[in-house]
Amino acid sequence: MILQELFGWFGDPAHWQGPDGVPNRMLEHLGYTLLSVFGAAAIAIPLGLYVGHSGRGGVVLVGLSNAMRALPTLGLVTFLFLIAGGSEAGTIVGLIVLAVPPILAGTYSGVQDTDRGVVDAARGMGMTGWQRLWQVEVPNALPLLMGGLRNAALQVVATASVAAYVGLGGLGRLLLDGLRVIDYSKVLAGALFIALLAVLLDLVLAGLQRIIVPRGLRVAAAAVAGRPKARSSGRTES
Amino acid sequence: MFDDLSRYLSSTSNQELVLTQLLQHIYLSLLPLVIGLALAIPLGWLAHRYRAASGVVFGVSNAVYTVPSLALFVVIPVVLGTQILDSLNVVVALTIYTTALLVRPVCDALDAVPFHVVAAATAMGYRPVRRFVTVELPLSVPVLSAGVRVASVSNISLVSVGALIGTGGLGVLFTSGFQISYTAPIIVGIVLTLVLALVVDLILVGLRRALTPWLRAGGTT
Repeated sequence: MILQELFGWFGDPAHWQGPDGVPNRMLEHLGYTLLSVFGAAAIAIPLGLYVGHSGRGGVVLVGLSNAMRALPTLGLVTFLFLIAGGSEAGTIVGLIVLAVPPILAGTYSGVQDTDRGVVDAARGMGMTGWQRLWQVEVPNALPLLMGGLRNAALQVVATASVAAYVGLGGLGRLLLDGLRVIDYSKVLAGALFIALLAVLLDLVLAGLQRIIVPRGLRVAAAAVAGRPKARSSGRTES
Repeated sequence: MFDDLSRYLSSTSNQELVLTQLLQHIYLSLLPLVIGLALAIPLGWLAHRYRAASGVVFGVSNAVYTVPSLALFVVIPVVLGTQILDSLNVVVALTIYTTALLVRPVCDALDAVPFHVVAAATAMGYRPVRRFVTVELPLSVPVLSAGVRVASVSNISLVSVGALIGTGGLGVLFTSGFQISYTAPIIVGIVLTLVLALVVDLILVGLRRALTPWLRAGGTT
């Protein structure tokens, strides 16, 4: 019965156009996600590379990013929104703040996990610090770094839906507006599109990961373990 | 800001509200942790024992894990036929996440149990079920506990989102504070969530220490 209503909702052309139409909400959602992930990456990747390369501040960084996993996203988003005087910028800052820890953890542990023997060999060959970083540590760190980016993207897709509560656009609007007027077809359509966006984005990033991770690393990993390795960090989204 | 906070916390009705929501928050985050762990153990064992099953189990758990919480919270009532405001929805959703998150640690933890120990137990006449419960499971605690700690932190922070669909927990402080543009309850809610996550994490570390006396004895694992 509810499925019939849902198909009815999908079939209504009014739900596919205008500012509250699915395509526009989808684009808004994607826009927030890209903006926040790029913003967070611009902060987290250089910091993670520095800490991983120099080995300074690693303990503090891991502790801090673990503590940030416990931050309730709804609390952070409402708090920053009120502090920023009710502007959208405060909400976007919240999304960026929540996307930083997974990228930071992925970058740091990627550099940190690089085989010490390989780094020593690079040093022995006379590579400078920069050369070691860019030609050895960064390529070796890519699988975990990309894992961090994927986690961050999922985190932002989820948090942006929650942030519709403070007035942000995106697919969360469909879900929360639907709840307010008890229109379950709209709620479900919102939920399904949010889930769809998350899954598609993760697939695209997984494809990107396959392309940019050097093939040698995959071969080496396959030789060591018979089983593909898990993405290292846990769910951070809330 | 501190004036606001102390004024907010000095009111008895606010204290009662905060305490009630804190208890509700603990219940809504820890119950799914326990059920999820109980479900993840047989599934993880399946993935550990049968290579063919591991692909399916890990594939499904990865996919489930990708779905954002708010979306899962509102889809569950349709599948289960519960009321949309029922807090059972949050419990079920978090149980699903916990299970998906813990399947791989369970499998990894069982893989990490030394084969010769299992073989010795078999040679001593342990039947498979008893061997699993009394030998393999206790020895998998060190690896498994890391996964349980991640799941507990994630559950504690996720429960807050439930406030958007009307279930209790500290998230209520966020929505009510937002509605009257008052940051004091929001700050109290954020701090209590962080403290709760820290306390539960310390308890889990203590539990792991209690369950793995051989690690402290300095012997080999």
